[in-house]
This record gives sequence, C-alpha cells and structure tokens, in this order.
Amino acid sequence: MIGEILTALGIMTGMGLAFAAVLAMAYRFLRVEEDPRLEVIEELLPGNNCGACGEPGCTAFAEQLLAETVAPGKCTVSDGDTLVRLADLLGVGVGAEEKRIARLKCAGGRSNVKALAQYRGMSSCRAASVVDGGGHGCSWGCLGLADCERACTFDAIRMNEDWLPVVSPEPCTACGDCVEVCPQDLFVLVAESHKLFVQCNAPLSGEDAVARCRVACDACGRCAADAPEGCVEMVNNLPIVHYDTPCQPSPEATWRCPTGAIQWLEGEQFAEPEEDAPPWRTYG
Amino acid sequence: MSTAAAAEARPRSFRGGVHPDDNKRATDALAIERMPFVDEYVMPLSQHIGAPAKAVVMVGERVVRGMPIAEPGAFISTSLHSPVTGRVKAIELRLHPNGKMMPAIVIETDAYDSQRLPAAEPVDVAALCADEMVALVQQSGLVGLGGAAFPSHVKFKVPDDRCVQAVVVNGCECEPFLTCDHRLMLEQPQGVVRGTKLIMSQVGCERGYIGVELNKRDAIAALRAAAPPEIEIVPLQVKYPQGAEKLLIDAIFKREVPAGGLPLDIEMLVNSVGTTLALSDWLDRGVPLIERVVTVTGPGVAHPRNLLVPLGTPLSAVLEHCGGLVPGAHQVVLGGPMMGMAQKSLGVPVLKGTSGILCLDRTAAAPVREYACIRCGRCAEACPMFLNPTRLAQLARFEHVEELEANSLLNCFECAACSFVCPSHIPLVQWMRVGKGMLRTWKASS
Repeated sequence: MIGEILTALGIMTGMGLAFAAVLAMAYRFLRVEEDPRLEVIEELLPGNNCGACGEPGCTAFAEQLLAETVAPGKCTVSDGDTLVRLADLLGVGVGAEEKRIARLKCAGGRSNVKALAQYRGMSSCRAASVVDGGGHGCSWGCLGLADCERACTFDAIRMNEDWLPVVSPEPCTACGDCVEVCPQDLFVLVAESHKLFVQCNAPLSGEDAVARCRVACDACGRCAADAPEGCVEMVNNLPIVHYDTPCQPSPEATWRCPTGAIQWLEGEQFAEPEEDAPPWRTYG
Repeated sequence: MSTAAAAEARPRSFRGGVHPDDNKRATDALAIERMPFVDEYVMPLSQHIGAPAKAVVMVGERVVRGMPIAEPGAFISTSLHSPVTGRVKAIELRLHPNGKMMPAIVIETDAYDSQRLPAAEPVDVAALCADEMVALVQQSGLVGLGGAAFPSHVKFKVPDDRCVQAVVVNGCECEPFLTCDHRLMLEQPQGVVRGTKLIMSQVGCERGYIGVELNKRDAIAALRAAAPPEIEIVPLQVKYPQGAEKLLIDAIFKREVPAGGLPLDIEMLVNSVGTTLALSDWLDRGVPLIERVVTVTGPGVAHPRNLLVPLGTPLSAVLEHCGGLVPGAHQVVLGGPMMGMAQKSLGVPVLKGTSGILCLDRTAAAPVREYACIRCGRCAEACPMFLNPTRLAQLARFEHVEELEANSLLNCFECAACSFVCPSHIPLVQWMRVGKGMLRTWKASS
C-alpha cells in the first residue's frame, strides 16, 4: 500500500522535474524580448479601443507609440496629464493633436424641413434611407432617426427636440463611428478651431432650396463675398471654407446669410428649438 | 389536348411562395386606354439599372416625339427618347420615385403638334449579327418592363460558347392588383407572339414558351389561338412570386439558375410580355420605348384603369385622369403591393419600370405593430430562394456583415413573401435591404 503511494509520488515528482526542465530551456532559448514599457503604456491609455487614433485598438496604438511612429497626442481621448506622462515615459514630445469634433452638415430639423409624407416604418435612418428616405422633402438632409446617437460609444450625441443630433464637444473623440453610420454622409470631423461651418448639404439654389428647408443654403454667395479673399468659395451651389490657405475665416462671412446655413460655431452645434415651433408638414 | 388538360389540372409551379388576394377584378376587364398628353414631362436620366444615361439635347432645343434625348452612359445603360414633341424646358434635379433628387430632362409639350410618330421600315432581324442586334436594342431604350428595369440589350449579348435553348416570355403577372400584362396578352396576342418569334429567330432558338398564371384563362386562350406550334403556352399555378424569372424557369423546366447567375447561364432568355411586345414594336414599326401600360388601381382612386401612359407623365396628372384620389386615400405606391415603393410626392413621373400606380386607403395601409419573432418558420417556408429571412434580419440588426454574406443575403430578390406571412409583422424585407447596404459598404471598404 505505502509502496504504491510512494511509486505514484515518485512518478509525479519525476514528471514535474522533467517538464520544469523543458520550460526552463524554453524560457532560456525561445524567449521573445518585449518592452516592459508596453504594459505601462497600455495601462495609461483609456482602453476603449475607439479607433479615433486610426489604429484598431489601444494595444496597437501602444505598439506604434513604442515604435515612435506616432506621437502620444494622437490619442484624443486621454486627458492632458496622461499625455504628458506618456510623453515623459517615452522621452518624446506630446505632439499636440488638435481636438476634432463631429459636425453635422445639416440643420434641417423637423420644424425647418418640409415633410412631404409620414414615415411609419422602422425607426432607423438606414432603414428609412432604403425606402425613399422617409417622408423628407430634402433628399440630402438629416433623417432624424438617431442612428448616430445609438452608434456613439462615448454618449456624445443626443437627439434634440427638433430631431437633430447635438454633438457635445467635451466627450466627442472624433472616432468617426457617426461618420460611418450616417446613410446621408452628413457628419464630418472638423478641428475645434475651424469655427466657420456650412450646415447644409443640398446642392440646390434659390427658391428651390428654401421651399424644401428654411435653413438650407440657397447659394446666394454672400458668405463668399464677405469672407476674406479666397477663404470661402462656392462649389456646386454650396460654400466651401478653405482652412488650408493663409487666410483666416472670420464670423463676418455669416452676417448676411439669409437662412443661417453658414454658422460660426462655438461649442454645441444646434440650439434647442423654440417651444412653439411646430413640425413643417404638407400632408393631412 | 389531353396533355394540356392534364397540365391545367396539376399546374406547374415552384417551391415556397405565398397566396395573397389578387385583387385584379377592378381592372382586368377594362381595355387599355390612351392617356392624353399633358403640359410637361419629366424624364429622369436614371430609369434603369446601371449607369445613368447622358443627355444629348440642350435646354431650349426642340424635340420630336420618339427622338433620342439621352444616350447610354455605359454598356449596362440605355437610351431615352422624347415622349412628346415639344421643347426642352430644363435639365435639372427633380424628385425621382426612389426618393432622391436626380438629374432629369424636363420637356414642355408643343400644344399645336399632332404628336404623330414618323413611319419606319421593319428591320430584317434574321440578317442582323448578334452585336448589331445588341446595339439596335440599346438604341430603342428598351428595359425589362416587369418592374426591375434591367436594360434588355444586355440579355441579347449571348457569349460565343453559349447557345440559347429556350426563349421564355413572362406573362405571370403575379403581383396583386396589376393587370397591364394581362390586358396586353388579351388585346395584342399576335404582337406578343410576333415578339417571341423575333427573339427566337435572332438567337437561333427553336422553342418558345409563354408562361401565364391560371387566373388569366382568357389570355391563355387568346395566346393559344395566336401561337404557332413551336411556341408553347404554359399555364402556371397562381402563386406569388411566380413572375420572378428564376422561379418561372424552375416552374416550366424544373431547372435551377445558379446563385448570383442569370438565366443565360443555363442557356435561357426570359423577357416579360410588355418587353416582348415593345421589342416587336421597335423592330417592326420603329417605335422606341416612349410609353408603357400602367395599371392605376386600388381602393383609393375614383376610376381604376389600364392606361397607356407616355413616360415622364407626373403621377398627379395620371391620377387626375382617373378621377383623382378618393377622400379616404392614404398611400400611393408605384408598382404592386408586394414589391412596390410608397411615394412621398405625386410630382414624381411614371418611369420605364412603373407597372402600376396603386392607391391604398386607410384600411389597406393601416399601421401595424411589430412583435418579437416567435420562431414559427413561416418566412423560411415562404421564401422561394430557400433563405432564412428571420435569421438574416437578426444578422442585419446586429450588423454581422460577414455572416450576412455567408447566409446568402444576396440571393434575396426582395419579393416580400416573408414579410407578407410574418405573424409578428417584422419588416423583414426592409432589414434585407439595410443588410444589403451594409454588405455593399463593407465590401467597398475591404
């Protein structure tokens, strides 16, 4: 009896020692050197895997940081302190990346855009866009069914009373999920300092545009005339603001806009609609 | 005759499908009437599947009825012809029945013109080589008039290693409410047979088949009286969607078109009755596709009719000609109730693919409440393409794009049999379309 127990013990001990030896050898000869800083960096990064930096996730971004192909500032989600600690750890500059925000190229909420018919299908922009784009009178505008609100990982988008998505600049990380999900391709990521912004996407002009939406750009061209030379250009009935040229856009360009399609944006894009603003409908 | 009687006793069909109320009574006894000319016609440059056509007229130019106003933008694209004699008023963005603003040629009618079409010599089809035929059909602007509006000339482009074994004419008209093909077969059986013969002689095929659902016995009789022995009239069971070309082939020949393929892959050529007739008009009389038969029907319109409408006529004008909408009218659908698309504006024009204008009232278009899937499996039973619609809808809802492809979403042709039978009123077809959109963007990005 005792002998059997001892034999078993002996076999187990022997096997244990043999495997330990194999593992020790593997550790010695097959070891992969990994930078110990990788773990520390990952710890510092937010870990949302939002993709705003352009990498598939935080680990991939950490690897890129170690390879020094990107600067820590590329992570727009981390706060300033974290970025400084990351930069110190790596011995590089923060490489401040300007914060970008998602902005909507449409201000046609339901009180301003004409509804030709009532859409009663699935409550999703993508679903409405496959069946005639819902009942909207403007075929370029926001459908207002909140696909972007649902897609936003950071709860930065909230639908207002006018059925327009309001992006809060604070939590927005410019990850681009809303840009991808919008079937009308209305979201753009703009730098925070780029305050002159055109809130319309309809290539119509004059009465044709305003008959569909009260806040549409009617292509009058006043913004292009009022802005510094070469700053705003009319292309395909819509103003394009050039930030890549030396000229500095100023709020002047918005002063004479008859519909408010061009705006000087500080903070959130849309104000809450007035309480007595009824939806603009043409059906009974 | 005994074999034919036996065939009618046990009519041919496909597996799956549904039996909606056919509602054809209102218009199936009404002869086709011509819609009078109106003041303005809107011809969107994109009325067919494929690249939009390119305008060849300028604003202010005088156009004659039947004259080309736009040329094909690519091989899978076709021409447009002026539906009236008049003047080009504008080339601008106009609301298209797909809900978008699309470029269109707007033509103002010349009120003092006779609108007579110039006479033309018949074309000797047998003398044409295949490529000439393709080019000739493309010049006519002909597309599949069943509803999909696929350019017809593409079908005549038979690869060299293929030889068409059977020419099939689709006279099923399985969509409820629509009766335009029924009336065409009844009123112009010789024309349908003539068109079939022209196609047969062009592609060098000995056998023709015209498939007609059994709810159109008078049309079957009229075609039988007109058809030579090499063209067989095949009575088919009344079932939706019998008129889908793959299912028509399945019903007549018990053969399957490969997934993602065309009937040409199994050496067959399918055209609808309307297309066949329009082809014979073009080849014999030189009439391009400038008008089509549209069934205006439903409980929401005062006088349902089968109308020969010039393309580009606004829906409002057509409805006005039919006595207008009745007070309870609630929804106007272009096409049939199963695959048609509800419209948001009556300013949109009749297009090449518009087979019907269906006006529904409050009861027919009543809103439904959606419930959760109860796994009854009726959608899978109804699906003629052997798909699992509820699974596909789930995958689309949760954006599992790769699995959508693995579950053969692209085989779905949106017949809506699944949505029709769903006891939980899940908008399955809408999910299919959303899923297809996701699949397209995913494929484009990867």
